[in-house]
Amino acid sequence: MSFVIPKNLEAELDELATHYPVKRSASLMFLHALQEHFGFISNDAAEWTAGKLGLQPIHVYELITFYPMFRQEPIGRTQVKVCRTLSCALAGAAGIREHFCRKLGLDPHAHVPQTTPDGRFTVEFVECLAACGSAPVVLVNESLHECVGKGQADEILARGK
Amino acid sequence: MPAIATAAPATSVPPPVETVTVKVNGRTVVVPKTMPDWQGKPQLTTMLQAARLGGVEIPHYCYHDKLPVVGNCRMCLVEFGTPVMNSATRKPVLNEDGTPKIARSVLPYEPGTPRGAITCATPISPGMEIYADSPATKQMREAVLEFLLINHPLDCPICDQAGECKLQEYSVQHGQATSEFVETKVHKPKAVDLGPRIMLDDERCILCTRCIRFTKDIAGDDALGIVNRGSYNSVAAYPGRKFDNNYSLNTVDICPVGALTSKDFRFKMRVWFLKETRSLCTSCGTGCNIVIGSREDTIHRFEPRDNAAVNSSWMCDSGRLNYKWIGRPDRLRDVGVRGERSTWSAALRELHAALAQAPMGSVAIIAGARQTTEELYLLKRLAERFGAATDSVPRTGAADGFLVAADRNCNTQGARLTGIWSGTMGAQIPRIAEGIRTGKVRTLLVFGEDVTRYGIGEELLASLETLVVSDILPSATTRAAHYLLPGCAAAEKRGTFVNVKGRLQKFLKAVEAPGDARPEWEFLSDLVEGGVSRKVPATLEGVFNQMVREIPAFSGLEWARIGDTGAAVPL
Repeated sequence: MSFVIPKNLEAELDELATHYPVKRSASLMFLHALQEHFGFISNDAAEWTAGKLGLQPIHVYELITFYPMFRQEPIGRTQVKVCRTLSCALAGAAGIREHFCRKLGLDPHAHVPQTTPDGRFTVEFVECLAACGSAPVVLVNESLHECVGKGQADEILARGK
Repeated sequence: MPAIATAAPATSVPPPVETVTVKVNGRTVVVPKTMPDWQGKPQLTTMLQAARLGGVEIPHYCYHDKLPVVGNCRMCLVEFGTPVMNSATRKPVLNEDGTPKIARSVLPYEPGTPRGAITCATPISPGMEIYADSPATKQMREAVLEFLLINHPLDCPICDQAGECKLQEYSVQHGQATSEFVETKVHKPKAVDLGPRIMLDDERCILCTRCIRFTKDIAGDDALGIVNRGSYNSVAAYPGRKFDNNYSLNTVDICPVGALTSKDFRFKMRVWFLKETRSLCTSCGTGCNIVIGSREDTIHRFEPRDNAAVNSSWMCDSGRLNYKWIGRPDRLRDVGVRGERSTWSAALRELHAALAQAPMGSVAIIAGARQTTEELYLLKRLAERFGAATDSVPRTGAADGFLVAADRNCNTQGARLTGIWSGTMGAQIPRIAEGIRTGKVRTLLVFGEDVTRYGIGEELLASLETLVVSDILPSATTRAAHYLLPGCAAAEKRGTFVNVKGRLQKFLKAVEAPGDARPEWEFLSDLVEGGVSRKVPATLEGVFNQMVREIPAFSGLEWARIGDTGAAVPL
């Protein structure tokens, strides 16, 4: 798969780089934009960023590995993020995640984000989603689901792309 | 010294050095206000430098004289105090006995707890007191070491660094006897193939970033970084990118622990068995100062040795690894006379007789510019006796702008100053070849070169009456020799080289030569004794001291006073 940056995205990022006194400072914004576009940051994207900002690829790679929310692997079209911080953990987040995993044929004991082989779903634990009052909560792509039980979990899976 | 005062113009008198007075472990030390940083630029003197001037070495990992200061290892933390100033008068507050009152530095929110300073990055101030041995300092060191050892695998018995490991040394000197760590250690990548010459063990790494700074700021190849986060931090190169610049092995030297290891040296020898000999690299005209690590006449490694005038603290990988030929099994070991094995006494006696009959002008000498200055000097004396033409073979490559010089002979300037060549090196070789062809040159002496590769072919060599060859490894020229005199590598003898910038440096003998091979200067002394009516000193020091009396560029030098870093000679 060849790595192609759409012209308008490249123009947008070129303009973005001018906002900073030092080009390197735009690294994070580049990576956010690239992850938003491609769903993950490939080595090609990291090298492209390094080339644009006059850096060595290792410097971009340092950033990508530092922040867990930068992904180095492609993810599913529907991202299921189950909160596991205190309130949700007490309200049964582990059971909800296990339910998602079993339904989708994923390993319920794995610690890392998992993606179904058909590329539809990615299930992972995340830290606090700031909705503790309605624990357990699940973020599906951009939409927050509160007080999630197994029934609601099944609905989420049924609606998934 | 009035002679110097009148000779030098008044403007060249250096301005008085501004000093600061501090106390190190209770002793008053006067130090310069500024000292050179890693680039040689004056910067405010740091506590670490001041303590060093006061004779106290403060333990440190990430700090290195030749690298930018980052202050990340925290090992050099010490307790310190500063004079109390009267806020109104800006004068120091005095104790009852008249001494300035010192306030020990404490945490602002917890005045009972000492606040240490990292000495590598903290400038001194007038009246500062550095407590490098106080109980609080010791406690800080213990704590820092405890943290550094948390995830360390403690695999010293199989680690190449053992014996020259700062983590080991400081643990003994400043650490706790036992570990209180009961949790599971974090596992990180091991045996990471970082590049063609480097193996990395991330579990041993203490993340001092010396390697990262070296390759970025000194080697100019920004190839390394720290990936992942927190306790998973690991030094790495970009995936798929090899750490392969020609200076990569310097990171192994400066790595204070066993994280970066040389693939060449790995698992070969415990460092405490190595004999260390001060020598020189012979791979190019720079003449990097090295330490040869050898055991029982086997060389195990070259390491750079500090010399600010030549190589700072570094050397290139190609020079460092260019030692294996010294132990090659096909080394010339035997004296040969017309293809038959002989002895030194028999061969030299016969050779004396042969040379004694050689008429003036019938002899030519080609001497490699990788022979020592003393050998080249003796060869020149021999040449004068016979009115012989002399020359060397030029050897060049690309200079890299850092340490590797375009001149790949290690003693080109020594050969010029001793008069072996002048004008253009190698220009005489075609004339010598022509002399052999016309029968004018009947005797040829070749030292350390294969002349068949430089225009004097085997058929020309075969037409000579006498061919004397001294070399280390066999070649077409050594096979054609009537008198084959096995010589020594630089590591097997003593001598001097003059580098491309005109620095005369001496090197010492690390290992014995194989078989009957002898240092060339020894049998050249014999030949000169027989050939010219003059005594040649029996020792290398004597030969050197005789040479400096005869060569104006070397005047004033003396073997015993050259020192480990050499002396500049006018080119």
